Amino acid sequence: MLFQDLMEETFFSVTANKSRSALTILGIVIGISSVIAMISVGQGASQDIASRISALGTNLLVVTPGNARQSGGNLVRSGSGSATSLTLEDAIAVKSVSGAKIVAPTISARKQVTAKGKNTNTSINGIDDQYFIVKNINLAQGIGITSGQVTARSKVAVLGPTTRDDLFGVDASVVGLKIRIGSQEYSVVGVTEAKGGTGFGSSDDLIYIPISTAAQYLTGSQSVSNINIEATTAEEMTMVQAEVMALLMARHRISDPLLADFSILNQEDLLSSASSVAGTMTMLLGAIAGISLLVGGIGIMNMMLTTVTERTREIGLRKSLGAKNHDISAQFLAEAVAFTFTGGIIGIILGWLASLAIHQFSGLTTVVNWASVSLSFGIAAVVGLVFGYYPAKRAAKLDPIEALRYQ
Amino acid sequence: MIELEKLTKTYNLGGNPLTVLRDVSFKIDKGQFVAIIGPSGSGKSTLMHILGALDRPSTGKYILDGQDISTLSDDELADIRSKKIGFVFQSFNLLSRATVLRNVTLPFIYDKRVTRAERLEKAVKALTDVGLEKERWNHLSNQLSGGQMQRVAIARSLVNNPGILLADEPTGNLDSKIGQVVLETFQKLNRDHGHTIVLITHDPSVATAARRIIEIKDGQIVSDKLK
Repeated sequence: MLFQDLMEETFFSVTANKSRSALTILGIVIGISSVIAMISVGQGASQDIASRISALGTNLLVVTPGNARQSGGNLVRSGSGSATSLTLEDAIAVKSVSGAKIVAPTISARKQVTAKGKNTNTSINGIDDQYFIVKNINLAQGIGITSGQVTARSKVAVLGPTTRDDLFGVDASVVGLKIRIGSQEYSVVGVTEAKGGTGFGSSDDLIYIPISTAAQYLTGSQSVSNINIEATTAEEMTMVQAEVMALLMARHRISDPLLADFSILNQEDLLSSASSVAGTMTMLLGAIAGISLLVGGIGIMNMMLTTVTERTREIGLRKSLGAKNHDISAQFLAEAVAFTFTGGIIGIILGWLASLAIHQFSGLTTVVNWASVSLSFGIAAVVGLVFGYYPAKRAAKLDPIEALRYQ
Repeated sequence: MIELEKLTKTYNLGGNPLTVLRDVSFKIDKGQFVAIIGPSGSGKSTLMHILGALDRPSTGKYILDGQDISTLSDDELADIRSKKIGFVFQSFNLLSRATVLRNVTLPFIYDKRVTRAERLEKAVKALTDVGLEKERWNHLSNQLSGGQMQRVAIARSLVNNPGILLADEPTGNLDSKIGQVVLETFQKLNRDHGHTIVLITHDPSVATAARRIIEIKDGQIVSDKLK
């Protein structure tokens, strides 16, 4: 049997019963398009998380006060940032660690901020002149915090774009204007570029002031909320982490790492654990969508079994004309694959459109890539072969004499 | 060209062996028009299935064109059917939603000897030989009358020029007048084109179309007459 003949026969059979073929294909279309759409949501989420984490900075280690390992133990873990075990002196000491290129401590507090009668409650971050470098933060207007301002405890502020919009209106030019944080008046010297991201941990809705100013007027203590450390290279991160750990433990007179009153967050660890969570979510979504693909495949098998029974006499005739068993099974297998192939192509287009629609209407990042397209196409082909195999085998095994007698 | 030697066919039905054909031996030469006649249950259908390479005898030999085909595998038998045998059935067995031409070219799908380019030409010749009007060739086969359907089926059976045409009650679903036209078609194919034809029927009046009549009863040949 020539391939061209096989294609023609398949075309004739599939188009002979259009509505039934269309319904069978629909099952596959729904299966494939939901696989594509669901995986696109999962992959979009993992891409989103990865880009947010890398936006935090490069080769970044963050030391936070409080012990991360004691949750669930007999000690109650206090909320992140509320512990006061890290001080500015710790930060200065960390600068001596060899692989630590930049060390930038911050002091954070939430305060009510007012300007021209508008007010907002936002996070105030006391930083030094290195902080913007560590965190990859660029300025949209004005200048950042300078070392002179840190030394002089100047009352200057750099606004995040969202805070600027809240206080002064969208895209307002604000350098030189005044804001009030608590009872103190600060002059605005710059605005940072938008980094994206909303909600908790947004780097757009906050205000930066010199760390010395924050220590004096905001918290009145030398405790810092965290210490950001940029390692020289990615390879050195683990080493720097260990050295910082040892240094701070010595300074705090702690010998057991499990009892340390601070914790060190490694950006790489964060990235890999976050992406494994996102990967699991993608798998879960894909598996749920895969169930509908399975149902679609069973639909094909059902349809093919019906077809084989209906066309028993035709099978007998074809055998009498010289069709071998493999010719018959090839024909029915080709029909099953034709269903999944057509359904697969339509499903990919529909799934891709669905992922665009999800992005459009819910704002979620969705990613359709060659991997997910070829994966679902591969699944479709396998579904066709698997669910077409049994009916095709059954057709091929029919005895020609009985098939010709079949009423 | 056909030679049966002591052919026996036994079915095993629930432990009870049932002998349908017993020591059947005869020869059919090239170009003969033979009718095999017998009442229902006489074994003539089983004989046709064996002659048509759809089934194998239990014992005995079936020599077709000098080759013993009684012990061939399924695929080898399929090859024999494709190259040497053309079937005509009582119920036509046309693909109802396909055109006449597609029905007639169907056997080529399973015959590698014929290229796609030659197919149409051969189908046209076969349809001309059975005398089907040209304007019907692109009709769907379910738009034809019974007589026309059977002529399409005959065209299909002879399109790849098999040695033997095997017709199983070809007039059984037709009224006698139309049946006569179909029988005349067979006679013409035999006379003018030299096709070897084996006609299986229970009806003596149909059998008279052939020049040789083999009568079978209870699985045995009871008479073999030349007209």
